[in-house]
Amino acid sequence: MNDMRDLYEELILDHNRNPRNYPKKPTDCNCTAHGHNPLCGDEFIVNLTVEDGVIKDIGFEGAGCAISTASASLMTEAIIGMPVEDADKLFSEVRHLLTDDDEDDDGEHADESVLGKLSVLKGVKEYPMRVKCATLAWHTMHAALMGKKDSTTE
Amino acid sequence: MNSSPHMLERNFTTDPERVLDLKALRADFPALHQQVRGHPLVYLDNGATSQKPQSVIDTIRHYYERDNSNVHRGVHTLSERATLAYEGVRKKVRNFFNAASIREIIFVRGTTEAINLVAQSYGRPRFSAGDEILITEMEHHSNIVPWQLLCQQTGATLKVVPFNDAGELDVDAYHQLLGPKTRLVAVVHVSNSLGTVNPVAEMIKAAHQFDVPVLVDGAQAVAHRKVDVQALDCDFYTCSAHKLFGPTGTGVLYAKEALLADMEPYQGGGDMISRVSFEKTLYNDLPYKFEAGTPNIAGVIGLGAALDYLDELDMAAIAAHEDELLDYATTQLQSLPGVRLIGTATEKASILSFCIEGVHPHDISTILDGEGIAIRAGHHCTMPVMTHYGLSATARASFALYNNRADVDALIAGIDKVKEIFQS
Repeated sequence: MNDMRDLYEELILDHNRNPRNYPKKPTDCNCTAHGHNPLCGDEFIVNLTVEDGVIKDIGFEGAGCAISTASASLMTEAIIGMPVEDADKLFSEVRHLLTDDDEDDDGEHADESVLGKLSVLKGVKEYPMRVKCATLAWHTMHAALMGKKDSTTE
Repeated sequence: MNSSPHMLERNFTTDPERVLDLKALRADFPALHQQVRGHPLVYLDNGATSQKPQSVIDTIRHYYERDNSNVHRGVHTLSERATLAYEGVRKKVRNFFNAASIREIIFVRGTTEAINLVAQSYGRPRFSAGDEILITEMEHHSNIVPWQLLCQQTGATLKVVPFNDAGELDVDAYHQLLGPKTRLVAVVHVSNSLGTVNPVAEMIKAAHQFDVPVLVDGAQAVAHRKVDVQALDCDFYTCSAHKLFGPTGTGVLYAKEALLADMEPYQGGGDMISRVSFEKTLYNDLPYKFEAGTPNIAGVIGLGAALDYLDELDMAAIAAHEDELLDYATTQLQSLPGVRLIGTATEKASILSFCIEGVHPHDISTILDGEGIAIRAGHHCTMPVMTHYGLSATARASFALYNNRADVDALIAGIDKVKEIFQS
């Protein structure tokens, strides 16, 4: 895969130019975490409102590269309204899409259709040094839901 | 030198200086001749590490195939060969830096270890609360953190000389900060993220008026400028072999003999002793007092081959070539809309940091990689420099003696591609 358009698809460029739910902190936000990729300096804060085990609202703040910004933006669209456990499952699917070596992999994977628009991130797999960019917001979301304040990709 | 295969008589200008035969030079570096993602490699990440000439690779291979043995110990033939080769490099390093004596040349893992050695062996037993260590805002983390650790250990205070927006050190502020409390100055010779060449000779002279020793971090300088430690009169000079066409894991600390003689050993172990008993240990003579344990023998021998390679060339011709290339690249980049250069000091060497409006440096680097072009993107281990400019990262192209105008042209075409993708 040598064409950069396979990585920088229009959907990624669009979410980088106009990130959704950004910059945003819901007024009734009750889960938040700060994520940092020391390699490149990308930094995001993911803010969630969780009620009765469901992600009622989500937004993010900070700055990063096109891959990390688009992934964060797409994530907010994908998991808003989702039960927390489904969001975690989706994170697992995204990791599987990007790396094939999810350490928590139980071997059970739904087909790509559950990923929807997120499957646009598959081009990142060809660039192992950039996978952490694509997973930063997801790790941060996960840390927020687990009640941790900080997350890094290291 | 006139017989060197890499020098051409310049017969087309009035300049009597010989110029580099770039075609022959490039042929010496096998890694340059490969395809990356379907394109010929354009290697512009020399600030991170340089490629190695065939002679360095062959020398290391020969060492392991024929001479591999421990140094300073055995009396058998292989040990003798290894020891002679290893110690021979110390003489080459002494010549390269014009040090007064081989006793002033300490082999270390790299610049980072050299600085840590000075902090712990020179600073730790001497510094205390009220003392000041003076560094600059443009230091690499490896010339910041060892001093912060030392401050925590001794109660000394770290003072920082600022730079202006062009990336030039505020020399007036330096003179103001330098004073009776200053116990050591540590300054980078050439900034790895800005390319600035600092006025180290003037800074050393000023520090010596207060009897303050000066450490110069030469990691980014030695491949680009002739360094004469006696002319500079620096007290400590540090560098890494891998940025000087040698292998990784090897570096040099130069230090004045009088300072080394008074310093505590950095690490204890074999080779750094002359006699050991449980009551008392006598340390070995210089420079061995600072080289505990089996050293990176192959690395040092590889460094020797790199210095031999450079010895066939003319450092002034290398500097002239790289300066011309940097000027060419700077002019080209400045003409591109939306491109901002970071570090525009009058005195610069071989480093071109830049940003493209609306594109993160990591995206620049990935797209350039798709064109076979290797640059560095990130904070370059100089987070305070990034903070100065309000950035999290820059893209950085950095040149070595084998780069040419075609490399710069490829970079410019690559940047056009970045802009095309991001403006679509």
